[in-house]
Amino acid sequence: MNWVNSLLGSNIGRKLVMALTGLFLISFLFVHLSGNFLLLSNDAGAKFNAYSRFMSTAGIIRVLEIVLVAGFLIHIYTAVVLTRKNASRRPGGYAAGNKTPGVSWFSKNMGLTGSLILVFLILHLRTFYFEYHYGTIRQVYYQEQSQGEMATKVKLTVLEEGQIPPSGVDVYKDMAYIAHEAFQSPLYIIAYTIAFILLGAHLIHGFQSAFQTLGFEHKKYSPLISALSWIIGVGVPLGFTIIPVLMKLLNPLYANQ
Amino acid sequence: MKLTLKIWRQKSTDTEGRLVDYVVDKISEDMSFLEMLDVLNEDLIKKGEDPVTFDHDCREGICGTCSLYINGRPHGPTRITTCQLHMRTFKDGETITIEPWRAKAFPVVKDLMVNRSSFDRIIQAGGYVSVNTGSARDANETPIGKEIADEAFNSATCIACGACVAACKNASAMLFVGAKISQLAMLPQGQPERKRRAEAMVAQMDAEGFGACSNTMACVAECPKSISMANIVSLNREYIGAKLTSNQV
Repeated sequence: MNWVNSLLGSNIGRKLVMALTGLFLISFLFVHLSGNFLLLSNDAGAKFNAYSRFMSTAGIIRVLEIVLVAGFLIHIYTAVVLTRKNASRRPGGYAAGNKTPGVSWFSKNMGLTGSLILVFLILHLRTFYFEYHYGTIRQVYYQEQSQGEMATKVKLTVLEEGQIPPSGVDVYKDMAYIAHEAFQSPLYIIAYTIAFILLGAHLIHGFQSAFQTLGFEHKKYSPLISALSWIIGVGVPLGFTIIPVLMKLLNPLYANQ
Repeated sequence: MKLTLKIWRQKSTDTEGRLVDYVVDKISEDMSFLEMLDVLNEDLIKKGEDPVTFDHDCREGICGTCSLYINGRPHGPTRITTCQLHMRTFKDGETITIEPWRAKAFPVVKDLMVNRSSFDRIIQAGGYVSVNTGSARDANETPIGKEIADEAFNSATCIACGACVAACKNASAMLFVGAKISQLAMLPQGQPERKRRAEAMVAQMDAEGFGACSNTMACVAECPKSISMANIVSLNREYIGAKLTSNQV
C-alpha cells in the first residue's frame, strides 16, 4: 500500500482529495436545496416536516450522514494541511506584492471563503440540526379538512405539553416552523445571505478547479465545465436565499401565524 | 530618463537582505532593462561599491536565465523575458522595485540571483528519454501527426525561467513540470518511461519544496512562452494515472 501513501502524501494527491470531497459536498448541496423547496408547498409545512423526519430517522440517510461529516472533515483537514504547506513555500513574500493581472479573486481566496462558510455551517447546525434533535421543538399533527367536493385543506394543530394526540394522526417535530422563525431575525437573514455569497464564490472556482485537478481538460467540454461552475456558483446560492422570500409569498399559513 | 530603483541587496544565501535605493540618470528608452542595470553597475564599480548581482545570458529571450521580479510581476509589466523588456515601458521619474524570484526551492545566491538547480534535479529525476546510441537514426523513422507535433513543441518551448514559480502564490512548479511531462507524454519516444517519469518528477518536485497548485493560473498569465493551463491538467492526469496503474507498488 506504499503507493497509496505516496499518492495521498503528494501535493497532487492532496488536491485530488480536495477535488473529490468538494464535488461530493456539492452533490449534497443539491440534495439539501431540493429538500428546501418543500418549504414552498402551501400545506403548513406538512411535506417538509415529513421529509425532515425521514432525513433524521431513515437508516440509509443516517449512514450517509456519517459519510457527509467525513467528507466535510477530510475536505477541511486537507485544506488546512495544504494551506499551511503552501504558505511556507514563499518565506518573506514580495515587497511589491503580486500584481499579476487576470487572476480571479475567487481562486486566490478559497481559504478565506471556506473558513467563513465553516463558521456559518456551525451556526446553521446550531439553529436547525441541534434544535431538531436536542432542542425543545414544538410538535404538530395534521388533519385534512374537506372544503367542498374536490378541494381539501390541511389543518395544523400544535400539540400542547402533556397533550395526547388523537389516535390515528402522525405527530411531527415542526422543522418548518423553525425555518420560519429563523428568517424572522434580520441578523440571521444577513448571515445567511453573506454565507451564500461566499459559498457561491467558493463554488465558482472550486467546481472547475476540481475538474482540472482530476485531469479533465478538452476543448469540447472544458467551456461547459467553466459555464457550469458559474451556473452552480450563482444558481445554488440564489436557490437557497430565494426560498425564505418565496416562503412568505407561497406559504402564508406560516407567514400569517 | 531618470529612475529611482529599489533593489534587493543580499550578500549571501545565509545573510539577511534589504531593499536599497539607487538613482540612475540618462537612461535611453531604447535600452533593455538589463542594459539599464549594466549602467547602474558601471556607476557602482566606478564608485568602488559592490555591483548588483543578477542572472543573464543570451539576452535574446531564449535561454531563460534572466529573472527579476519587477514592480510586483515576474519579468516586469509585459509578458516577455526581462532581457526583452525595454525602458520605454516605464515613465521618466518612475520608481521601480526589483526583487529576486522568491521561493523556498529557489534560494537567493546573492542580490537578485537565485539558485534554480531544483529545476535541474526535477529534470534529472525523469525528464528525459532513453534512446539507442550508435549511428544516427532517420529523422522521419517514427511518424508523428502534425497536431501532436505542434502541441508537443508548444510544451517544449518552456525555457525553465521560473516565472511560473515566482508568480504563484504557493511557489508551485506545476506549470514547468507540466510542460516537461506533457511534451514527452504526447510523443512516441516518451512512452517507455511515461509512468515512471510522472511519478519520479512529481516526487522530486515535492521534495524540492515547491507548493501545490491552486489553479489560480497566475503562472499562465506570466509565462513568457505562453505555456497553457492544459499542461498542468495533463500533469495531474499523467500523475494520478501513473499512480493508479504503474507497476510501482
